Amino acid sequence: MIEFADVSRSFTVGDQQVAALRNINLNLAAGEYVSIMGPSGSGKSTLLNLIGLLDRPSSGTYKLDGGNVSALDDVQQARVRSEKIGFVFQAFHLVPRLTAAMNIELPLILAGIPPDERKTRVVKLLENYGLTDRADHRPDQLSGGQRQRVAIARATSMHPAVLLADEPTGNLDQTTGKEVMNLLEQLVEQKVTLILVTHDPLLGGRAQRQIHMMDGQIVSDNGSSS
Amino acid sequence: MRWADVALFASGSLRGSPTRTLLMMLAMSIGVAAVVVLTALGEGARRYVVDQFSSLGTNLVIVLPGRTETAGISPGLLIGQVPREISLDDAEALLRSRAVKRLAPLTVGSATLSRDALNREVVVLGSTSDLLEVRHMSIGLGKFLPAGGIHESASVCVLGNQIKRELFGNEQAVGQWVRLGDRRFRVIGVLASQGESMGMRTDELVIVPVASAHQLFNTSGLFRVLIEAKSRDVIEQAKHDAEEIMFQRHSGEKDVTVITQDAVLATFDRILTALTMAVGGIAAISLAVAGVLIMNVMLIAVAQRVKEIGLLKALGAPGRQIRALFFAEAALLSSIGSAGGLVLGYTGSIIIGQIYPSLPVSPPWWAVLAACATALGTGILFSVWPARRAAQLDPVTALAGR
Repeated sequence: MIEFADVSRSFTVGDQQVAALRNINLNLAAGEYVSIMGPSGSGKSTLLNLIGLLDRPSSGTYKLDGGNVSALDDVQQARVRSEKIGFVFQAFHLVPRLTAAMNIELPLILAGIPPDERKTRVVKLLENYGLTDRADHRPDQLSGGQRQRVAIARATSMHPAVLLADEPTGNLDQTTGKEVMNLLEQLVEQKVTLILVTHDPLLGGRAQRQIHMMDGQIVSDNGSSS
Repeated sequence: MRWADVALFASGSLRGSPTRTLLMMLAMSIGVAAVVVLTALGEGARRYVVDQFSSLGTNLVIVLPGRTETAGISPGLLIGQVPREISLDDAEALLRSRAVKRLAPLTVGSATLSRDALNREVVVLGSTSDLLEVRHMSIGLGKFLPAGGIHESASVCVLGNQIKRELFGNEQAVGQWVRLGDRRFRVIGVLASQGESMGMRTDELVIVPVASAHQLFNTSGLFRVLIEAKSRDVIEQAKHDAEEIMFQRHSGEKDVTVITQDAVLATFDRILTALTMAVGGIAAISLAVAGVLIMNVMLIAVAQRVKEIGLLKALGAPGRQIRALFFAEAALLSSIGSAGGLVLGYTGSIIIGQIYPSLPVSPPWWAVLAACATALGTGILFSVWPARRAAQLDPVTALAGR
C-alpha cells in the first residue's frame, strides 16, 4: 500500500546540506501495524511527515495505493490527506476555541460533508471514544487522556486507510498512555494501517513489525515485505 | 468546504479573540461613520444653498445696470460717463422677447414709515403686480399691487408681516392709511410671513408701485429687472434677448449685466459638491488607515495561529481554503464594522439635524455606498498578504510552532 523507492530528504541548514533520510526503500501493506523507532535525529519524524504528505522527498518516489503521490500538486495532496490519512500528534493539536465535538467535526467540515451526515458521524465517534458527556467542553477543560481521545476521534472521522501517530503517549501518564494505545490498536483490527513513531522500545515492541532507524537510514526491519 | 461553514469558522475565530475583533471593528466603524457624517454635512450645506436660491423664483434672469468686468477702466469712465441706468421703458421693452413670461422691475430705497405716533425706517421696494409671481411671494391678507401699466403710480402699499405687527398690532391694517416719507399710502395687503431668503427679509419690506417709488425717491432708474423665462429651456434665449434689447436701446453700448439664476446656482452647486467630496475623501483616508490596522492584526493572527494553520493543512485543507478562511474573517470584520459605522453615522447625522434644524442633513447615497465599498475593499485588500502568508506556511514547521 505504501511504497517508498529510493527516497531521500535533505535540508539546507545555513549553507550546508543535511541529509535527514538517505535512500529509503520501504513497503507497507494495508492493515499493517508498524512501529518506527530510533533516537532523536534519526529521521523517523521526517519519514512520518513524508508518509503523511506534509513534506516532499528530495528524490525518489512515494506510491500510495499504487498512485505516485509525490508527483501530485498541493491541492491534490491535500485531498489525499483528507481522504486517506489521519494524524495523531504528541501535542494533540486541538483547536483551543472549539469544543470537543467541533474539533472532531473539523476534518468533515474541511472536506465539505453535509451538516446532517457530519452530525451523525460526530455523535457516533463521541460515543465510541466515551466522550459523549464531554462533547461541549473545550480542550482546556479536558484531561490529557480525553484530549488525545478527541484527537484520535478526529483522525478517524474521515475513515482514513493510514493512521500516523507521532509519540501519541508522549504527553500522557502510564495508565492513560496504555488506554490510548489500546484505542489505536483497536483500529488495526478494523484494517487501518497504523504507523507509530516512538523512541520508547517498550511501546514500539507492541507492533508486529518494528523498524529501527539511525542517521536517516533503516538499520533493522523485522517485516518481510521490505 | 461549504460557504456557510467558511463563514461559521471565520466568525468562530473572530469570537475567539473578542477584544481584538472589537477594536478592529471600532476602527472600521469610525472610518465609515466619519465619511457618512461629513458628507451628510456637506450635502446638507449644498441643499441649503440650493433651496435658498430656488425660493428666489424659478427660471430667473436678472438684469442689473452697469457692467461687471475686470477689463480695467472703460473708455466711458475716462470722459466722465457713468453707466446708463435702466429705465421703466427699458423694462417694458424686455417684454418683447418671446422667451420672457413676465418680469418685475425693482427699485429700492429707504424711507420713514409712520402711522400716528409710531414710525420706523423701512426698506421700500418699488415694483409691479407681477413681482408676487416672479419672486414666489405670497399674500397673507388683502391684495397685492394692482395690475396696471408700469408707469401708473398709485398711493397704495403692501406691508411685510413684521411691519404690520409693529405698526398695527392685532388691529385691522388693510384699508388704513400710513405715511411713507412725505406721501400718504393706503394699505391694501399684508405679505404672508416667509422668513429670510438670501439675506432679504420680506417680513420687513414695504412694497409700492414702481412709479410711486420713483416719485417718492425722485429717481428714474431701476435697481434690478427680474425676468421669469417661459421655461427652463429658454433661459439662455431670454438672457440673450435681454442683452440684445438693452444693447439696441442703449445705442450700441453694453452697459448692463445679465445673469441667470441657474448659472449662479450651478456654480454654488459645483463648489459645494466638490467640497463634500473633498471632505468625504479626507474621511476615507481614515478607512485606509483602518485597512492597514486590519492587515497588521491579521498578520499577528496568522503568527499566533501558526499551529492551527498547520493542523488544518494536516487535516486536508489546501492553501486556497486557508486563504478563503482568512479572507472571510476580513470580510466579516469589515462588513460588520461598516454596518456599525452606518448606524453610528446616521445617528450622528440625525443628532446634527436636531441641533441645526434649518440644515437638511442627510448623507448622499453615493457617499454611503462609497464608504461601505471602501471599508470592504480595504479590509479584503489588506488581508491578501496575511492570507497568502498563512496559506504558504509549511505544515511541518507550522505544526512544530516554529
